[in-house]
Amino acid sequence: MTGNRLPERPGEVIDRGTSLAFTWNGQGYTGYQGDTIASALAASGVEVFARSMKYKRRRGIMTADHWDPNLFVQVGDEPNVRAGSRCLVAGMEVSAQNVWPSLKFDVGAVNQMVGRFLTSGFYYKTFMRPKWFWHNVYQKVLRKFAPGGRIFWESSTHGAYDKRYAHPDVLVAGGGPAGMGAAIAAAEAGASVMLVEHEPELGGHLRWGDAADLAALAELTSAVEAHPGIEVVIDSTVTGRYDHNWMAVVQRSHEIAPERLIKARAASLVVAPGLIERPYVFAGNDTPGVMLSGAVRRLINLWAVKPGTRAVVLSANPEGDAAIADLEAAGVEIVAALDARAGEDIVEVEGRGRVDKVVLGDGRTVSADLVVIGIGWTAPTSLLNMAGDRPVYDPSAARYFPNQLPDGVLATGGITGNGTTDELVAHGRATGSLAASRALRSRHDRRVLAARARNPEGPKPEFLQDTRTPLARVPHPECYRSSTHGMVDLSEDVSSKDLVQASKEGFDSIELMKRYTTVTMGPSQGKLETVNASAVLAEARNMDMVDIGTTVWRPPYAPISLGALAGRIFEPIRRSALQDWHEAHGASPLLAGQWVRPDHYGDPVGEARNVRQNVGIIDVTPLGKLDLRGPDVTKLLELVYVNKWQKLDIGRVRYGTMVAEDGVVSDDGVTGRLGENHYLMTTTSSGAGAVWEMLEDYLQTYRPEWDVHVTAVTGGLTSINVAGPKCRELLLRLVEGVDLSPEAFPYFHVRRGSVAGVADCIIWRIGFTGELSYELHVPSGHALHVWESLLANGEDLGVRPFGVESQRILRLEKGHYIVGQDTDGLTKAPSAGLGGLVKLDKPDTLGLPELKAAYARTDLPMLVAIQPDDPQVVPMEAAQIVDGDSNRILGRITSSRMSPTLGRSVCLGQVDPSLAAAGTKVTILLIDGRRVTGTVQEHHAHVDPEGVRQNA
Amino acid sequence: MIVVNCPNCGPRNSSDLRPCGELTPRPDPSTASLSEWRTYLYLRENPAGWVTETWYCRNGCRRYFTIQRNTATNEIRDSEAP
Repeated sequence: MTGNRLPERPGEVIDRGTSLAFTWNGQGYTGYQGDTIASALAASGVEVFARSMKYKRRRGIMTADHWDPNLFVQVGDEPNVRAGSRCLVAGMEVSAQNVWPSLKFDVGAVNQMVGRFLTSGFYYKTFMRPKWFWHNVYQKVLRKFAPGGRIFWESSTHGAYDKRYAHPDVLVAGGGPAGMGAAIAAAEAGASVMLVEHEPELGGHLRWGDAADLAALAELTSAVEAHPGIEVVIDSTVTGRYDHNWMAVVQRSHEIAPERLIKARAASLVVAPGLIERPYVFAGNDTPGVMLSGAVRRLINLWAVKPGTRAVVLSANPEGDAAIADLEAAGVEIVAALDARAGEDIVEVEGRGRVDKVVLGDGRTVSADLVVIGIGWTAPTSLLNMAGDRPVYDPSAARYFPNQLPDGVLATGGITGNGTTDELVAHGRATGSLAASRALRSRHDRRVLAARARNPEGPKPEFLQDTRTPLARVPHPECYRSSTHGMVDLSEDVSSKDLVQASKEGFDSIELMKRYTTVTMGPSQGKLETVNASAVLAEARNMDMVDIGTTVWRPPYAPISLGALAGRIFEPIRRSALQDWHEAHGASPLLAGQWVRPDHYGDPVGEARNVRQNVGIIDVTPLGKLDLRGPDVTKLLELVYVNKWQKLDIGRVRYGTMVAEDGVVSDDGVTGRLGENHYLMTTTSSGAGAVWEMLEDYLQTYRPEWDVHVTAVTGGLTSINVAGPKCRELLLRLVEGVDLSPEAFPYFHVRRGSVAGVADCIIWRIGFTGELSYELHVPSGHALHVWESLLANGEDLGVRPFGVESQRILRLEKGHYIVGQDTDGLTKAPSAGLGGLVKLDKPDTLGLPELKAAYARTDLPMLVAIQPDDPQVVPMEAAQIVDGDSNRILGRITSSRMSPTLGRSVCLGQVDPSLAAAGTKVTILLIDGRRVTGTVQEHHAHVDPEGVRQNA
Repeated sequence: MIVVNCPNCGPRNSSDLRPCGELTPRPDPSTASLSEWRTYLYLRENPAGWVTETWYCRNGCRRYFTIQRNTATNEIRDSEAP
């Protein structure tokens, strides 16, 4: 193991006092606190980190940062870790991924020899024939070559991911000199600022710069830290900018979550991402030991790692020149310093596991183990594109520049031009002030708009025009490809030769070429290769770069784990006041919409039988309950229900069905009249919210002159249905102030009284189960007392709680349909068998023209009760009803259960009208392919169609 | 996610509200022909430009209101109660 660690460097970020032990492919290594995985391995002499995706070529450090296409590793159970940016932690088990059988010897390397099968569009050309070969051979072999690490489904220890919302006035994307300047100036102007930096520390390129850079960095950092108006978010990336400056920020290191997604709404966005160094295309440009100038400067200056011993440097800019100085200071011999501005060039690199020989433009071949490339920059315009900008290529500076931005988005720093540190900071500061002034103006607007909540402070700030002095565009040679062909996309193993071939095959627009060759589609997502791809295409087509354009940058700019996207779930779970009791008494939970409910208490059939024989109680709190008050409630009921409501006396309850404006059954329930202008409406449990919003819609937008007040009381009233032949006897023991006799309190009537000493309960006689039953609506604070009193006072009557499943059995025996189960999004009112309930002679009701049209039709399916002829066969719900032995579908079973009361299966189903008559035989196709017959019944109710039990 | 200005609650994330689509007046159901009714139900102008929309402030004041929104740019103006 070679030691490549240099003596102390002035700007180094490692803590040499803290050694961290870790493993790489099972071997023990050590690094220092502050190392990345890659820098620690490089310091120990590791040169090959991965095998490339298609050709399995050996790959080493190329950029030594987050975007490095060659540094994807497995860390313990976490796949696809970016070793160029992930900080080293003691005990990490790091291994190469996508190698088979090992990093040193990968059989897939044979692909280099059969490369002609893997050229452009090979996805579309190979693995096609013979067809059966795909499943049996290709798929299995290709799996072995699939890139990416291993997922450990069972043993994941990643912890909980999190989510956060933020509302800064100004969000600065990029913490280099310009970004820090912008943050400081914006905060000084009174704006709240979130400063997001991609790396683990602020500073951008100043961090690996010279003494003057480090001094400037220290000054800027302390100014940022000193200002309370700036929140610094490090090791984080703004991954997307959406409408109205809605930003996604992925925070990779956070004390409580492995990754956190920050959703930030900022009035102003300052885009200051700097520049990304661009690789150079030539033969062998992906050989380990070929690095960009930024990579060697980072390795030397941040982590004190000597990147090689004998270097060839190709430079086209001051940063490339600075790399020469850093290499010399690190004791690296400069074999050749080539100046691309003077036309000097590299033609080819030879070497397998490491650079060995370099062929120069002048024909010389030199021996070296390091090739340093500093030939230009890519402007990461991603956030600008997402703000609607179409950056424009400037050939004199050999990169793209921002073009037209909305008022709320400003760019600064290297993405807009070149400058000294002072010039970058000054431009950043001017941008920060401008961003703050626009943000404060927008804050004023928001306060005016929310005038009821808050008053605006002072007059509206003036709109400041952009009077910034732009940064200069320093001329830069256009260096994209040498005279040889090499890799353009190192993530996807796409070479310049592949791109030329694609162009020849006719895939010669940049967007088409991207999809055909997969260039820019790998993990780098264009950061390194997108401009080179355009340049190669421009060359192949003999066109200008400006006319070629680039592929569109889309979010996310940096990868986000699925865990962070899922984050913390804010969906509330609703529980009735009795849910704790249910859980303590063995209830099996049922998630129904937002509610958790008792499905049963262990024996749904026994619970159902007990309701038919004795008495049962069920918690039906999720039933939607709307308190309606006002002189115009009747008009509202006439509008939203299909039936008539004018003659509902006080103390009466009526069943009603709702249809939407398209005539489709939307909800049902009962509504009772409690007083002259006071009603209580119930809805289905799942439709409670929608019905409430619908009532408000018509009251606010259609009939605002109606005087009706709607209050949702679903959670405020706990609803308990007491059902069974002995329920009156039970209630007689607990109810005061109400005459429960059948004569004084008949079916479909409502009374108010006290239950178990709880005053003002609403009691109504209705019957979803088909039994004699009362529904109690009790103030929720007293619900447990009432529930326990019912159980305690009915022991001798055999009272037992029953759950949702028993209720489903009982209601199906009685033939009551459930909206959304027995009806669907196409079920018009006549299909539900509403018969005489629907009144078409009303002047206005929802969906009236559709109702009239539907009742004129004879071809609508009908909801009918069906009994399978074999009483033991319980068809699965959604089983099809077919035409005899054919597969022509004539309907389907919508509800199906074994009836404990009848000892046979009972169903509801929607059938073609030709099958709707009582006594018709239907053929039911079971899921196992068997066909059984059933008979259509006269009534929906299988049990007690005359209603003797419920009317008792 | 766009920001919509509720006349009562001020600017809110659109996820706090429910979009109810282009404002379409409800014809008189007692006189409307089936085809007029279906135009009301299903047909929208859907321009690439300014449109009047109804929104419902479901997590706030629970009021329905209309806004003008440019469907091409998501620029929003004139928020008012119906």
